[in-house]
Amino acid sequence: MLGISPSMALRFEVLARHNRARASRLTLPHYEALTPLFMPVGTQGTIKGLTNDQLEDLDCQIILGNTYHLALRPGADLLDTIGGLHKFMNWPRALLTDSGGFQMVSLLHLADITEEGVTFQSPVDGKPMLLTPEDSIQIQNKIGADIIMALDDVVKTTTTGPRVEEAMYRTLRWIDRCIAAHSRPHEQNLFGIVQGGLDPQLRDICLEGLVARNLPGYAIGGLAGGEGKDAFWRVVAQCTAGLPEDKPRYVMGIGFPLDIVVCTALGADMYDCVYPTRTARFGSALVSEGVLRLTHAAMATDYRPLDSSCTCMVCKRYTRAYLHTLVTKEAMGSQLVSYHNISHMMQLSRNLHSSILEGRFPE
Amino acid sequence: MEFTVRACSGHGRVGSLRLASGLEFETPSLLMITRRGLPVVIPPEMLMDLHPDSRACQFTPMHFLEDPLAAVVAKAGGVHKLASLTGFAMVAVARDSLGNEIAGEEASNLGASFETSSGRRIVGLEKYMEVVNACKPDLWVSLPDEVPHWVPEKRNRESVDHTSQWLDHCLSLQHAEHGNRCLGVVVGAGSLEERARSAEQAATRNVAGFSLAGFGLGEDVAQRGFHLEVAIAKLPNDKLRHVCGLGSPEEVLQAVGAGIDLLDSTYPYMLTKECLAMTFPLKMEVPLRNADRDMQPTPDHGVASGFSLAKVNLRSATYGIDETPLVTGCKCYTCKRHTKVYINQLLNSNETLAQTLLEIHNTYHYLEFFKAIRESIKADKFHEFRTWFTSQRVFGMTYDVSESFVA
Repeated sequence: MLGISPSMALRFEVLARHNRARASRLTLPHYEALTPLFMPVGTQGTIKGLTNDQLEDLDCQIILGNTYHLALRPGADLLDTIGGLHKFMNWPRALLTDSGGFQMVSLLHLADITEEGVTFQSPVDGKPMLLTPEDSIQIQNKIGADIIMALDDVVKTTTTGPRVEEAMYRTLRWIDRCIAAHSRPHEQNLFGIVQGGLDPQLRDICLEGLVARNLPGYAIGGLAGGEGKDAFWRVVAQCTAGLPEDKPRYVMGIGFPLDIVVCTALGADMYDCVYPTRTARFGSALVSEGVLRLTHAAMATDYRPLDSSCTCMVCKRYTRAYLHTLVTKEAMGSQLVSYHNISHMMQLSRNLHSSILEGRFPE
Repeated sequence: MEFTVRACSGHGRVGSLRLASGLEFETPSLLMITRRGLPVVIPPEMLMDLHPDSRACQFTPMHFLEDPLAAVVAKAGGVHKLASLTGFAMVAVARDSLGNEIAGEEASNLGASFETSSGRRIVGLEKYMEVVNACKPDLWVSLPDEVPHWVPEKRNRESVDHTSQWLDHCLSLQHAEHGNRCLGVVVGAGSLEERARSAEQAATRNVAGFSLAGFGLGEDVAQRGFHLEVAIAKLPNDKLRHVCGLGSPEEVLQAVGAGIDLLDSTYPYMLTKECLAMTFPLKMEVPLRNADRDMQPTPDHGVASGFSLAKVNLRSATYGIDETPLVTGCKCYTCKRHTKVYINQLLNSNETLAQTLLEIHNTYHYLEFFKAIRESIKADKFHEFRTWFTSQRVFGMTYDVSESFVA
């Protein structure tokens, strides 16, 4: 068990293991969480129509907010004045913010990465703007989440050539700038992000560099972008092996239940993805057998709940047939499916934690 | 089902309604809107605790006419079980609250034109009662031939005849084990004589109550008052009276003042859609402005959009960041937990949670309005309450949450 060191604002205790998998307690400033856990993504801090009470009923422990969107609206200074995103949303549990970099690169026109930071066109007036590591950390300090992410230079896993190496070394240079800019190390945990594409040597260098900085936790980034499954799992395995045992490990952008189970087996603790809520909007429900497409004609006469092993409010009250009639016609339809999908992911998290704890993880 | 009048103030009355299911509540009562059985944006599991009076809903049988939903509701054993709203009153109202206006098209002997889930079509008696029986509502409205006030005399007379015949036909098709749950429709829009005739005919039928139709279709407010009066004068005092198509606060007050017990209203939802929060005061703290204001209701500028004229711009550039709730002291879920600035930002980011939070508050506030109405009747001060309310409405009673509040 690790005590709280001066540069950390969390405690991470591994409660049980099964081979490389761990069930742990992650104590954060706002909440004591149990891992493995899935974090739903809340863009502005809300999860697609679900109220705080519903999120608590669903057992959401940590919610992810997007720094890019929050900085645009309502803005970092407003959040600072109010006292942080927790207070703004009235969310009593934990929050994590990303660095803003990834969203900019994927959403914005003419976004580009230089040594200084991410350059982009302002979505408001088209003027050239720059997000530096210092800017990202300052904004995240104002938002006030329990965990904040370093600004990294992320490339697609399908990229090859010197760009991958450049990005990895830049990520290491930037972590030092992030650490220097972080003004609230006793209240917010800065996680570093391991980059290096699919190249094991680059990954090793990055791992060494980040571990040497003695950060409160680490993320494995640059995956879930079109690489093959074998490559994906190989990189995760390598990274978890190279990261300290006594700190949380977060694989970014992972949401397919199967991937979460495999990464957990490989020693990871935290996951995030928009997939559960995004797929709900298209009428797809996550169930134990896989994905149920509610728009399918066969659903019209299927009077079973979405998932017979699910105990959520939606599965207790409504049939597939009824939901089929709702999904394309009423906003309530996709709201109910979102609710169930989040419940499914939370149930998965709980199952992973308890099965490792009770020594029956392989099932 | 039992309905007992408990108190009166003028023609307004407070009643207690006890349904066959055992559910009991006080009237005048608001019926909350549902679509396909569920609230439009309020999470269904939150409905029970939304407000002490949040127990009664309307639904439109016309959405349940076709498969797959027709089969699904039959298989579920009714709309309560389908939507998991056992413990609620579900009242079937033929007119689609959120749908298009009634145009007074030609109707045959067999059915009239309604807005259904597959567009506008003729709905016949057999089909209507098949759906009503499958849904098993606590109360249901007989199939109306509802026309607006401007149709020719002949068409109006025909609508009265149809409505009366269809009432008898519906009664003959209702399932005996459900007992007496029919609200017989009263029409007659264009003519006070026809209105009286329609009411007289319905009054002699063995029904649980009556549903007054043909309102909220652009009629003159004073005319509406006469029609309500004339119809209700012919109806027995001890039976329920429902009106559809009237939903704004002024309309509610006019209807209650004439003796109406149940209204389904989309007013809260209309405000929510416009990013408005209902904020009007509910207590007569403000003294009467004109003690001798006459009995006529104030002209309501555009019945269908009355609310938008009452907008108050509390643009917070003057006040800074507003961390107060929508209505200070309001005990709804939204006001106990969230601030104006937060809801404002949700709206500006197009987050659906904004609609949910606003609708919860607006519904709560409207249920409080109905409660205030009942209290005023019990204290025999309904007239004063109505006069006070309509006089202070001039100064604006809603808050526009979509306006930016940060300087």
